[in-house]
Amino acid sequence: MWDGIGDFLAMGGYAPYVWGAFGMVALGLLLEGLLLARRRRQVRARLQRQSRRRSAAAAHNQGE
Amino acid sequence: MKGRSIPWLKFTAPASFYALAQRLVPWLWPAAALCAIAGLYMGFFVAPPDHQQGDAYRILFIHVPTAWMGMLLYLLLAVYGAIFLVWRIKMADIMARAIAPTGALMTFLSLWTGALWGAPTWGTFWVWDARLTSTLILLFLFLGYMALHAASDDREKGGRAASLLAIVGAVNVPIIYFSVEWWYNLHQGVSVMRSDGPSMADSMVAALLLMIAAFWIYAGAVVLRRAQVEALSREPRTEWAQAAAVGRLTRDQRQRAAADTALDQQPLGPEGEA
Repeated sequence: MWDGIGDFLAMGGYAPYVWGAFGMVALGLLLEGLLLARRRRQVRARLQRQSRRRSAAAAHNQGE
Repeated sequence: MKGRSIPWLKFTAPASFYALAQRLVPWLWPAAALCAIAGLYMGFFVAPPDHQQGDAYRILFIHVPTAWMGMLLYLLLAVYGAIFLVWRIKMADIMARAIAPTGALMTFLSLWTGALWGAPTWGTFWVWDARLTSTLILLFLFLGYMALHAASDDREKGGRAASLLAIVGAVNVPIIYFSVEWWYNLHQGVSVMRSDGPSMADSMVAALLLMIAAFWIYAGAVVLRRAQVEALSREPRTEWAQAAAVGRLTRDQRQRAAADTALDQQPLGPEGEA
């Protein structure tokens, strides 16, 4: 259907519109995924620290 | 009812939800990717150029799904908001809060892609017509929900105010949906869900449906993940959350947490007895 990669990228003369639209959607979804993954790591790390502190305190209390 | 937990309330426990989402989400990511790859292939390499709009119409393969997702997510937001307001079920507030950012993103992307489609097709990026204006209002409603929820130090209070906004704002969704029929509009009419069948070539419909499926599944995955994170961060001191954070949430822990939630959220009887 397309006459080579150049023809595909040109999108029948609508390249800025088509790629601008698809590019922003890709960027938006990528950014959402990355931000969510970072927040997930942070929350899990915080809970893991709390749980370690709690079990350390429990072990300490048992020792006394 | 007195002193006993209501069984179905156990399903509203963040711990039960967390475990269920943990099993679902790993399947949703690849499913969304597969639909997107198939949809993009159909949309770029099988569907022919439009006889009026040339190749610019291919923007619709992402414009329509994002626009639909924006409206759909808003309706869900309003439903969860109502559930939270009426029954005070914490999980409903967690879900609503998880939906809002994705809804805002989808609505923004539908406006962005719409502008880039409108520029070559209508000769303008933006007009203040009914559909575009009401979609912009939808974006502000999502952002308003998030801001209102975050504004209050008391999460319960912030959640209630935001839920109320979400419910009141729901009148905007049918306005968006029917705006192309109710008012004279620059935005084109319905071309997929028509009683006489879609007014497009089969390959275009297939590409569009695949992309719609991809966005549905993506939104499901990302909302469930965000709700999981929100559930963890709201109950940081509980046994189940700390076990879940290291990836070792056992069935016993989950059921204990669910029983706790069910007791905790049990509605007060008319005599004020829990």
